[in-house]
Amino acid sequence: MSSAPTAKEVVVGPIFNNNPIALQVLGICSALAVTISMSKTLVMCAAVIFVTAMSNFAVSLIRNRIPMSIRIIVQMTVIASLVIVVDQVLKAVAYDISKSLSVFVGLIITNCIVMGRAEAFAMSNPPWISLLDGFGTAVGYSAMLIAVALIREPLGTGMLLGYPILPTVATGGWYVPNGLLLLPPSAFFIVAGFIWALRSWKTTQVEAPEYQIAANVQYRGAM
Amino acid sequence: MAEFNKDSLGNTLFIAITLCLVCAVVVSAANVMLKPTHALNRELDQKENILRAAGLLAPGTDVGLDGRSIPEIFKDFSVRAVDLDSGEFVDDFEQKGYDAIRMSKDRANSRALTEEEDTITIRRRENIGLVYIKQDEQGLEKLVIPVRGYGLWGTLFGYLAIDRDLSTISGLGFYDHKETPGLGGEVDNPAWKDKWPGVHLFGVDGKLGVRLVKTRSPADSPAAEHEVDALSGATFTTRGVQNLVNFWTGDLGYGPLIENMKTQS
Repeated sequence: MSSAPTAKEVVVGPIFNNNPIALQVLGICSALAVTISMSKTLVMCAAVIFVTAMSNFAVSLIRNRIPMSIRIIVQMTVIASLVIVVDQVLKAVAYDISKSLSVFVGLIITNCIVMGRAEAFAMSNPPWISLLDGFGTAVGYSAMLIAVALIREPLGTGMLLGYPILPTVATGGWYVPNGLLLLPPSAFFIVAGFIWALRSWKTTQVEAPEYQIAANVQYRGAM
Repeated sequence: MAEFNKDSLGNTLFIAITLCLVCAVVVSAANVMLKPTHALNRELDQKENILRAAGLLAPGTDVGLDGRSIPEIFKDFSVRAVDLDSGEFVDDFEQKGYDAIRMSKDRANSRALTEEEDTITIRRRENIGLVYIKQDEQGLEKLVIPVRGYGLWGTLFGYLAIDRDLSTISGLGFYDHKETPGLGGEVDNPAWKDKWPGVHLFGVDGKLGVRLVKTRSPADSPAAEHEVDALSGATFTTRGVQNLVNFWTGDLGYGPLIENMKTQS
């Protein structure tokens, strides 16, 4: 990074310009798993925002003392501790949600976004801006998750946060819930759709093709 | 600090040890401080599952049909330990913290099931189980027994509530399973769960007979009252549910207890 990043850049940037899911295609696994319902998604987002911001802050605080040889382990330890704390708090205050979310909360440790920000940003920037960067990145991740959940939950169950949006046939309405949207692959299609839309809008995000497929000329020899 | 070398061996060890200590203290502190709340939550959750299976909670909420809270309704229930082989109540038994499912892995306190016996794929069955009994003026009102068994992807855990005649089901609910959402996951569907109350556990000859079927027998035939609709698209889950209900109300499950309670009343 050549010049010091501003607070606005690191907080707002990740939402559209540098979205961790859409542009960097990180954190897909949890995006598929938790977006089945909005309440789970919101809790997951809050957990990721807390962990990313705090781990960035903590790693940045000690960045000048972390030996290069064990820096990944140090980051991992900080992240893992924060995740365990979050999991413990969830079990205490939102037991119902934590029952189904616990395994994914544990997997925040392996979420590439958290680790990626600690390694790429917090190791070389002061604490305050690192905290903001972690916050912004996680908010970008959350924006995508919430958008996906906003599609999946109503179409899959006819409800949103427990309120009926589309009256389903089972409750006497007209909507037949689409079971596909309750399964993880549906989030894959939705995320792909978002990436397509975003890259059509902001064409700078389109990656250059890594190679060009050559014209097939072999069949001429066979003929 | 001009001489400070962060990559030196001393600093590496110092950072590693300090970091581990700090993190350990933070994590343990969180755990110790929140432990009482965790225990309370787990207990409340178990009570909720029992009451939901017994059909005493209003659907979709966590309050009773009469508007009372879960701990209040649960006060009507007494928890009893049961020796599964003899079907007798065990009175001097430390119930607090007893986990029957964990106990079924303990060789000293469980029995192995042979392949024919083990229709629900649990391999070993605990010797002592906990049941929940609700009494009213006329004696027994509801008996709630824990049930579990293998479906398609994993074990289903739930509670089965039996009515005062000890042969009619008054509710079945699962609190944990890994079945496919939309197919086997429909075991949680309230419309399907509503089909359970009133189903008879035992046939006319006393043999076990709950069946989950694709085509129901005619409503007036004797078979009809032992039948529940199968879940469409979920053959294995359906089979699992049928087996687990019949296992836990059978000779290897709480069958002896049910027999004893019948003869007493």
